[in-house]
Amino acid sequence: MNERERLLRIADDELVLGWRDSEWTGIAPVLEEDVAFSSIAQNEIGHARAIYQLLAEDADALAFDRDAADYACSPLVELRFVPDWARTIARRVLYEAADELRIARLKESDEPEVAGLAAKIDREEAYHRMHAEMWHTRLRDEPRYRDALEELWPYALGLLDEDDRPSLGERFGRASNTVLLAAERGVHVEDWTELWEEMTMVRRSVPGAAW
Amino acid sequence: MIYEVFRRERRGQPFEHAGSVAAPDVAFAHAYAHEQYGRRGESVALWVVPRDAIHGVEDFVDELGKNYHRVDGYSLKAKLKEARERAGTAAPDR
Amino acid sequence: MAEKPLTDQEFLAYVQGGGQVEVDDWMPDDYRAKLIKFIEMHGNSELMGVLPEREWILRAPTLQRKLALTAKVQDEVGHAQLIYRVVEDLGKPREQCLEDLVAGRAKFHNVFHYPTKTWGDVGVIAWLVDAAAIISQKALLKCSYAPYARIMKKICWEESFHILHGRDVVLTMMLGADEQRELVQEALDRWWAPLMMFHGNPIPAENDPVVEWRIKTQGNEEARQQFLEGYVPQIWELGLMVPDPKLRRRDDGVWEYTEPDWDELRHVVTGHGPRTEERLGLRRLTRDETAWVRQVVLADSHRAYAA
Repeated sequence: MNERERLLRIADDELVLGWRDSEWTGIAPVLEEDVAFSSIAQNEIGHARAIYQLLAEDADALAFDRDAADYACSPLVELRFVPDWARTIARRVLYEAADELRIARLKESDEPEVAGLAAKIDREEAYHRMHAEMWHTRLRDEPRYRDALEELWPYALGLLDEDDRPSLGERFGRASNTVLLAAERGVHVEDWTELWEEMTMVRRSVPGAAW
Repeated sequence: MIYEVFRRERRGQPFEHAGSVAAPDVAFAHAYAHEQYGRRGESVALWVVPRDAIHGVEDFVDELGKNYHRVDGYSLKAKLKEARERAGTAAPDR
Repeated sequence: MAEKPLTDQEFLAYVQGGGQVEVDDWMPDDYRAKLIKFIEMHGNSELMGVLPEREWILRAPTLQRKLALTAKVQDEVGHAQLIYRVVEDLGKPREQCLEDLVAGRAKFHNVFHYPTKTWGDVGVIAWLVDAAAIISQKALLKCSYAPYARIMKKICWEESFHILHGRDVVLTMMLGADEQRELVQEALDRWWAPLMMFHGNPIPAENDPVVEWRIKTQGNEEARQQFLEGYVPQIWELGLMVPDPKLRRRDDGVWEYTEPDWDELRHVVTGHGPRTEERLGLRRLTRDETAWVRQVVLADSHRAYAA
């Protein structure tokens, strides 16, 4: 896989996870988390945007004008969880850990622009990791959270290239033998179409318009 | 728990009371204060302090008029005028 | 502020003379009760204001708009948080405010009971509804209750970004395709009546206890006139029409308009707006589904730590 493809995957993941995190707006379990999730979502959309800007002249067109089938996002970010907080936090925790691994790789890119952007993203993610860790500590003994981590583990593996999966396995003390286990990219989950439709409906209503 | 939040707007400025956040522990208070008082880049630093840790001091008493502590306790104008006249350096009245 | 309780008359004279009240000061029961009710309604409004807008974050047609709208809505939740903190320190826990809200026992501003239908609404709301709100909010900067006046400063600062965003959205559409201009006009046609009711029916300031206690320092009609004076010219200069044939500015500077239907306002704010039940229902549902988060995880913390 070339770097461009790798970047597009990350951008699409960030765009869609930002969308999912925004679904908690106004209805999070506590107001403080509403505000925190909004910050995380803004960072994610910002990361997606910065990557799209590297990949194309028109970042908005790249973000919004593809057919649903042409997005490179992974099943983990496509799943709809509201109002399930346990799964929502499990996803945040798993995603941040996996993302840290792939961002570390990007930081070593031969392209200075890419390496530089990866370093910036990494620094912004520090807050996300702290937030995820805080919740992981709080929910660790809660059965529904542990079940959610279990359920989403294959999806977390599916986020990463095969080379990075063992590291994720070590991090969580789990098997990462992934040939049969991982929920791979390439097949969008059922929730995806509805998301794509809602995400693009205004833009599609007046094609080519400036908003 | 309620945590009081103090913010420093810019380097060189003192910390000033900004408000309060409700949080179960200091980790959450950190995150939540970060959001409420820093998401628009309006602070360079914050302190979060449990409300219980704050001890108020309001028992200020001045029963006998300690005017030597205040500017209005010193009236130099009349004396200065007289001293200038004596030295012959008084300016004409404007 | 004196430590010994004053008479109600002395307290009234104190606040009318510009005196400031802090959280631990003695205050008449009526003042405290009116403060709580007023400030709680503000908090409820900020929170309910999120619901008409949240779906448009998901539908935003550019990344920049998505970011700006997310930040705007985030501010509103942040404001609710600040406001409920003030109410809590006055004696009513946040948990109780939210219970009353989802049970339909509490009020919030009329505008948040109406549907949003298109991206045109996004622009019109951020520009004009926020403008109407900021006029009221500026009048609260001089509130006699100091903790509330102080958070208003932060709230007003953040609201100024919202109006900019709203205006930018509207201007971009007005410079775009015919369909986009129509979206704006159509949204304005729907939002005009609620906007005219936003500042409330014209009770004379001297009959308004909230003004008497200097909780707010501006009468309803004065606020509405300020809104019209500031924003109707801005609307007209874009070639948009205001759907009120009677709207005009007299030579003496007073704006004339078709009298709003005050019965409708009363009907809406008592929980009968077109979207009231749906939105309260959404909050109720997610609140119930996430009760375990508050109970199990945060049970050891301050009792008021709840959504």
